[in-house]
Amino acid sequence: MTDAVSITTAGGGTQTSLLGRIGAKAEARVIPISVHLDLTWRCNEGCVHCFLDHSVGGDMDTAEVKGALDQLAAAGAMFLTLSGGEIMLRKDIFEIVAHARSLLFDVRLKTNGVLIGDGEADRFAELGVREVHISIYSHLAEAHDAITRVPGSFALSIEAVKRLTSRGLAVEIRVPVMKGGANYARLRALAKEVGARILYDPTIIPMMDGDRTPVSLNLSPAERAEFYADPAVLIGLEDDCAPPAPAGEELLNGHSCGAGHLRCYISPQGDVTPCVQFPLVCGSLRRGSFLEIWKSPQFAEVRGIRNRDLQVCSSCSSLSSCRRCPGLAFQEGNMHGASSQDCESTYFRTKVPTPLYPATDLDPAPERHPPVSGQFVPLAALLPAPRDGMHRDPAAY
Amino acid sequence: MSMYIAKSRSIAARALDGEMIIMSTSDSMLFTLNEVATEIWLAADGRTPLSQIVQDKVCAKFEAEPEAAYADAEDLCRRLADYGILVISDQPIESAR
Ligand code: SF4
Ligand code: SF4
Repeated sequence: MTDAVSITTAGGGTQTSLLGRIGAKAEARVIPISVHLDLTWRCNEGCVHCFLDHSVGGDMDTAEVKGALDQLAAAGAMFLTLSGGEIMLRKDIFEIVAHARSLLFDVRLKTNGVLIGDGEADRFAELGVREVHISIYSHLAEAHDAITRVPGSFALSIEAVKRLTSRGLAVEIRVPVMKGGANYARLRALAKEVGARILYDPTIIPMMDGDRTPVSLNLSPAERAEFYADPAVLIGLEDDCAPPAPAGEELLNGHSCGAGHLRCYISPQGDVTPCVQFPLVCGSLRRGSFLEIWKSPQFAEVRGIRNRDLQVCSSCSSLSSCRRCPGLAFQEGNMHGASSQDCESTYFRTKVPTPLYPATDLDPAPERHPPVSGQFVPLAALLPAPRDGMHRDPAAY
Repeated sequence: MSMYIAKSRSIAARALDGEMIIMSTSDSMLFTLNEVATEIWLAADGRTPLSQIVQDKVCAKFEAEPEAAYADAEDLCRRLADYGILVISDQPIESAR
């Protein structure tokens, strides 16, 4: 029985290929193996770039969430991300995680960590949560706190990272990168110091309701050029920055990502969409079963889109390198079309012009030059006051 | 001596079209089991002796020769135990750690 088991090491190349094989199998059989479930959109921070409306209530109650998890497990879902809003604002968070673990889900949490003390970290470790993502915006406390609009939040989030890693949980520091940039090397050093992985995300997306205000917080062209020239960002990304290879038949017959094919998103109110970043509501768990929604015409339409059918992208010379997000294209008005944010990112990553970027002669190709990032920009001053539903004083919890 | 086997509590697992996928939640190692190993895994309740599992789930379904099948199964279980995703004991197992 020597071939009875395939065993891989964490994060290694073999794991990547095994995950790829599992993903391909799930996709071929249309199994939603990966699900992102938001438990609430309420939050105890008021991040300037957030794409959620924190005032939307009507969250599923404990029984509804457990029922959703039961249906997802039966449908074959295994990788479960519990997110928000801030998950720790749910009084039943441990009951929900315990139920998910009893169904043998692989549980990943997204939290700002502000409410994770020793007791909470112990509980997550006992329950077998495998991974936690915590957003950190800067190595400077005042820059981080200016973005969350909660004084003291940097210290609390970093403490949470340490509490979780010291209990053996894998923690990934997520860095949404925005206007003003960040000192990527210092952030990487900070992550190493607290035993966490790090991932920079240079795409600030529109709000779920279509309001594009947060998009204005994206890096400027010069800052984006700096970002893709910074050695601390480029570790492991060398291939991604190479000039794109021509698209082959396999790629043209493929599709942009797994949204709707092997993954989906469920909102706190029970709405099901292809991805958290793809707000095409395909049905509600309050009005139908998960499998009915998963087999709905809306999901079928998403699954039917092949790269060769895409307007603009199908003939784009950067298709093989682009990480086109159909959700962003959808939010720009056409899920069969290009995503201008991805056109821009792909251009800065590869230095090869894309159909939508550079847009005009007024926006010439920037030269790569050594990073000068890390300066403190008080973004909060640029934005309106937090919307209702934000709770800015962590002591209130 | 009998061997008893139980799934570790530090795992996530799902059957994907007959193939068992197991993630160790303690070190993020990922495993997939083939059809025969999946049968053994599914029967790992801590109470049924491995010899019984092999007889009922392997020999009966896959026409395997009992002695060789048991030796293979025992070897598989020891490997999975080394990786922390299966608990083995010479006594019935109440609750796996
Ligand atoms: S590319 Fe966009 S829609 Fe697809 S999985 Fe990523 S975020 Fe979701
Ligand atoms: S660079 Fe733009 S046009 Fe080209 S594939 Fe990406 S999103 Fe489509």
